[in-house]
Amino acid sequence: MKAIRKQLDKIREPFEKGGKLEKYQPAINALDTFLFVPKYTTKNGAHIRDAVDLKRTMITVILALIPALLFGMWNAGYQHFTQLGQEPGILEAFLHGASKIVPMIIVSYGVGLAIEFYFAVKRGHEVNEGYLVTGLLIPMIMPIDIPLWMVALSVIFSVLVAKEAFGGTGMNLLNPALTARAFAFFAYPTYMSGDKVWVSEASNVDTVSGETILGSLASGKEVAYNSANMFSGMIPGSISETSTLLILIGAAILVFTKVGSWRIILSGFAGAAVMALIFNSLPSLGVEGNALTNFPWYQHLIVGGLAFGVVFMATDPVSGAQTNKGKWIYGFLIGFLGIMIRIFNPAYPEGIMLAILLMNVFAPTIDHYVVEGNIKRRKNRLKTQPAKAA
Amino acid sequence: MPMDLKVKKGLKLNLKGDAERNLVNLGVPPKIAIKPPDFYGSIPKLIYKKPDVHVKAGDELFFSKYAEKTKFVSPVSGKITAINRGAKRRVLSIEIEPDQEQQYKDFGKSDPLKMADDEVKEKIFSSGCGAFIKQRPYDVLADANDTPKSIFISTFNSAPLGASFEFILNDKMEDFQTGLNALTKLTTGKVNVGVDKNTKSDLHQLENVEIIRVSGPHPAGNVGVQIHNTDPINIGERVWTLRPEDVAIIGHLFNTGNYYPERTIAITGHAAPDHSYYRTIIGAPVNFILQEKVDDSQIRIISGDVLTGEALDYDTYINFYSNELCLIPEGNKHRMFGWLPFVDNSIPSMHKTSLSWLFPKKKYEVNTNTNGEERALVVTGEMEEVFPMDIYPMQLLKACMVGDIEKMENLGIYEVIPEDFALIEYVNTSKINAQQIIREALDQMLVEVG
Repeated sequence: MKAIRKQLDKIREPFEKGGKLEKYQPAINALDTFLFVPKYTTKNGAHIRDAVDLKRTMITVILALIPALLFGMWNAGYQHFTQLGQEPGILEAFLHGASKIVPMIIVSYGVGLAIEFYFAVKRGHEVNEGYLVTGLLIPMIMPIDIPLWMVALSVIFSVLVAKEAFGGTGMNLLNPALTARAFAFFAYPTYMSGDKVWVSEASNVDTVSGETILGSLASGKEVAYNSANMFSGMIPGSISETSTLLILIGAAILVFTKVGSWRIILSGFAGAAVMALIFNSLPSLGVEGNALTNFPWYQHLIVGGLAFGVVFMATDPVSGAQTNKGKWIYGFLIGFLGIMIRIFNPAYPEGIMLAILLMNVFAPTIDHYVVEGNIKRRKNRLKTQPAKAA
Repeated sequence: MPMDLKVKKGLKLNLKGDAERNLVNLGVPPKIAIKPPDFYGSIPKLIYKKPDVHVKAGDELFFSKYAEKTKFVSPVSGKITAINRGAKRRVLSIEIEPDQEQQYKDFGKSDPLKMADDEVKEKIFSSGCGAFIKQRPYDVLADANDTPKSIFISTFNSAPLGASFEFILNDKMEDFQTGLNALTKLTTGKVNVGVDKNTKSDLHQLENVEIIRVSGPHPAGNVGVQIHNTDPINIGERVWTLRPEDVAIIGHLFNTGNYYPERTIAITGHAAPDHSYYRTIIGAPVNFILQEKVDDSQIRIISGDVLTGEALDYDTYINFYSNELCLIPEGNKHRMFGWLPFVDNSIPSMHKTSLSWLFPKKKYEVNTNTNGEERALVVTGEMEEVFPMDIYPMQLLKACMVGDIEKMENLGIYEVIPEDFALIEYVNTSKINAQQIIREALDQMLVEVG
């Protein structure tokens, strides 16, 4: 360890103050602090600090994502081979998926981090760790067959427009990963919806029916999967959104480590259940409804991007509500509106994506009213107090 | 009737190096110093512009430029040996070499309960005891022209490695009670004393004051938490606060007529050579109290507690208000891959991304490493967990950062001082210097609102 440290200190020399490459210090800092926790000490005030830092928090989110990511790789292969009528081995399926997904992750990290480093050097601040999560999330919510240049373009759009334009990490209004997906969704709809994009290499084969469950429901077809399939995730869909089971394992990691807000996750699912139940009860009110409204509420919770969105996207602390009360409202409305969009507008089966982006915009408003309540309490205190002689 | 205050939010930090209940009397040190920067916000006007003057204990050394009634007096009788100045001729310290035989200026014995309100106030402020009284909002010295709506003293020190006021006051209860009696004359409201509910001490039997029995994790013992939850400060109101041993000094003044600023200092922290309580005079040198040589480039010497104190060099003097010298090692070392979750569990953490929560009874050895770099505020909800006030801490901090006066007022800036944000500074993921942000905001408020 000491030898590595010595080498690093040597490499750092031209980047230090007064050195030739001083301007690029944020870049070397990012690499250095990736290996070593810096030797900075406190000055005054609290002389000791908690062991946590943003790197630790972000890596924890990545840990929580890994089960769903690995399953997504396997499922991509599994869907590909079963649709062709073959029985793949576990490794075969996994390798097929990985060969598609790993390049996407490399492109996403490469392009995104390059922009992050550029802005850090340009603005003279440290490279923030937020993109470590965003960069992994973006491939995980894309269809398996999306071309790499589209991934790159979506990343560029989201980092520039959703993040850096607002001032960088901590200031963004919208969730950057979802912005990337929304960009791809509206810019290249043929690659982002339909019945050919969800199964790897499906467009080369005529016989494949690789629709998502929500897609089949919207077009009035029979759903060929049961609840167990939906929960375990052996269904077509965006790479990592399919397995509710493994997403819930990720959720458990987030909630246990308190990195993700349990309030948002719980109220998100509750909101979705309430909305779905309202639609489910239409027949008893004498309204016939359709395949989407009559789709059982519990199945609504385990198909599509709902679980992934609520667990990994809605809990983004920067774009979400920041007050505890606000988190309840914010999460609930995401689930509620997500199902509503999904049912009312079958052209957008990704209702949850739009619901989260919409609520991202409203999160500051929710917080504003929660904080306003606190301010009112403080002002009322003054009014109710009897006037005292000074 | 005593009031109960149960604080739920907060954090109990188990650190190694608590002071043992062992009192060593050091007497008068060979040299002492009064440091005007300890009196935040007051500008000193010196009585003696040059050294080599002899003063008695209680003789005025300087007064506050904008609050002339607040006098600062010599803690000992002796010769002024140096007046040290810094940039712009700012007075940094006045050094005094004490006499062998101490002489005291006589302020006269008296029973505060039988005196008129104004007489009591006059006696406190003219004898230098006004320096012990802090005012909220703003965390500055009290102005003798004000009458506070109430006075708060917390004898419950919940801070990690905090000195026990119950132990310090043990043989000073008579002076403490007299001091409290005197304080009742300064306010139209009540004098409130916070005591630790879980100890049985004479503090529960104090008279003429409102006892608040406090329980819960740190910052339950912070006077700010007790004020907020019992008698919160509104716009335009003033509350005065004192530290317990200082109340005893005021009591001693009334009981004997002498200003005798005794200070009991707990030596804490696992890098300290020993852990006892040492009794000496305010302004004693650090090397006199520690007695053993300490390398201050490798060991942080903190005057005050580990969350709010000030770093001192070995060759300086302890701060005016401190009851504690805390010594912990400097953390100026790299740690490889120390940012990985669930590694380095020997560093205490409130967060569950470390496994240190598995060992709730363990006493941790800490150092001054920041354990990460400063970042933009990203994580939400963590500040609220250690902030037992009906205030949104992150929103208030952000308002302070941008200097939005109206927002700060609305969000409760008058109720907080930097020490209330000490735990937030400790736990927050983005490593922001919360106390400094609050201090600068309060300074801005002082200038613009007053």
